[in-house]
Amino acid sequence: MGGYLVTLATLISIQAIAACGLNVIVGYAGQISLGHAAFFGIGAYAAALLGTQAGFSFWTALPLAVALTAGVGLLLGAPSLRVREDFLAITTIGINFIVEAVFNNVEFFGGALGIGNIPRIRAFGGPVGGAGMLALCLGFLGLVVAACAGLVRCWAGLACFALREEETAAAGIGISPVRFKLLAFVIGSAMAGLGGALYAHYMRFIGAGDFAFPLSVSMLTMVVVGGIGTLWGPVLGAALIGLLPEVFRPLIDYRMLFYTTLLLLMIRFQPGGLLGDEGLARRLLRKAIPGGRR
Amino acid sequence: MSEPLLRLSGLTRRFGGLTALEAVDFAIGPGEILGLIGPNGAGKTVCFHLISGVLKPTAGEIHLEGRRIDGLPPHRIARLGIGRTFQIVKPFARLSALENVIASQGIERYGSLARIWSSWTNARERERARRRLAEAGLAEVAPRPAGVLPLGHLRRLEIARALAAARKLLLLDESFSGLRHEEIVPLETLVRRIRAAGVSVLLIEHNMRVAMGLCDRLVVLDHGRKIAEGPAAEVRRNPAVIEAYLGRRHAADAA
Repeated sequence: MGGYLVTLATLISIQAIAACGLNVIVGYAGQISLGHAAFFGIGAYAAALLGTQAGFSFWTALPLAVALTAGVGLLLGAPSLRVREDFLAITTIGINFIVEAVFNNVEFFGGALGIGNIPRIRAFGGPVGGAGMLALCLGFLGLVVAACAGLVRCWAGLACFALREEETAAAGIGISPVRFKLLAFVIGSAMAGLGGALYAHYMRFIGAGDFAFPLSVSMLTMVVVGGIGTLWGPVLGAALIGLLPEVFRPLIDYRMLFYTTLLLLMIRFQPGGLLGDEGLARRLLRKAIPGGRR
Repeated sequence: MSEPLLRLSGLTRRFGGLTALEAVDFAIGPGEILGLIGPNGAGKTVCFHLISGVLKPTAGEIHLEGRRIDGLPPHRIARLGIGRTFQIVKPFARLSALENVIASQGIERYGSLARIWSSWTNARERERARRRLAEAGLAEVAPRPAGVLPLGHLRRLEIARALAAARKLLLLDESFSGLRHEEIVPLETLVRRIRAAGVSVLLIEHNMRVAMGLCDRLVVLDHGRKIAEGPAAEVRRNPAVIEAYLGRRHAADAA
């Protein structure tokens, strides 16, 4: 596999990790978020600062960066999740812009220059190179998907589903809407933080612009296209959204137009996503594997 | 009646200048089926929303076994043992009927951050939920998504789902409305069985035959005020009730 493909696959798996986190918030708990890139950025900046300023290794910085992102998710989610639907969408967009502005303007975060010289990840006594990094990211992606699969099967996940379907009825069977929305938000933020930390150490240079609002839109596109609320949807979506611009190189200037059109077409013709109940991919899979559900 | 299970005292709810409920008092005893009746807009559903915590009272108090519960959020009230159905059914549409009921069985766990990480997909929870569905006559639709079920099934699913919460009291908001006669009879049997298991039932009902046949006592609301209370046969003869409500409606029903 050529270096170019390895790079592409690595970036896709990193984005898939963050998209899985967004799927927990939007797909499982039904809470729209248009600010997921902010949490991806918080994980990245935390890992970058811990690596460059504090001299922490990736392995020490990672749990801290994830915990920090989850903590900020808790802090920002607590007031935001009290509003619903379109108001929540606007609030999360606001979070994205504020976080980006903080990164861009506060000296501590490197300001407009961003943070450079982020150390490579080291493992087994040496730096982790291209293929090794891909393996590492795929490994973490595997863990995240496994965590999502586990969440779906535990009471916390079922409570989130109930909340997504009917908030008043969920409260009627003892589910605290605020608490479980917040739980989903924190778990989703932690996953975004994990992706962000990997991103920082992979890119070795980050700037505020990497985590701007368009990335949030593209992450939401991944989730919607792949199959909102499904286990593998965000991974499929991240792969498609990551690959398509490479396949159609000239489209890169029109990326936002492309995403928006794709999003609208999906909502119109495949509202459940490709892996959703009536999705194209699900139908093809059903044909290929008769009797198979997942 | 000794110590009531649920007591409403001076319960008042205003929406701006509109008084939906005005100083209403009544109580439900243990193992009682109490009917809440009255013309449209009398304040019956508002009363349910106040008991289940969806709305907060403007004035007055609600006590469950002597403990004040008004002002608590709905999920806390549910955990105290009050289950309810909704007049406009609210199924978890993309979950199966079985999963709808299993979700309700987590009520003991949802309050504790430590207890929500175990699996719900085990045989024990499925079996419990299957029994509840069978009791409600829904055994055959267990695997179907709730969103595709017809109204008659959904009304029963709402009851099956409310049962896990309703350890002490079940609130039925027009569970019989829109049902055919052959659907009503088994549902009446179900409600009687629930009471026989020691759960009190408070129900809102427009179908007078059902209300009279099922309830031990009736409370009649009109324009937000309680105008009568007592055994069904007595309430039926009460002149104020006949004037406000039964006079028109019941005569039409009987015809």
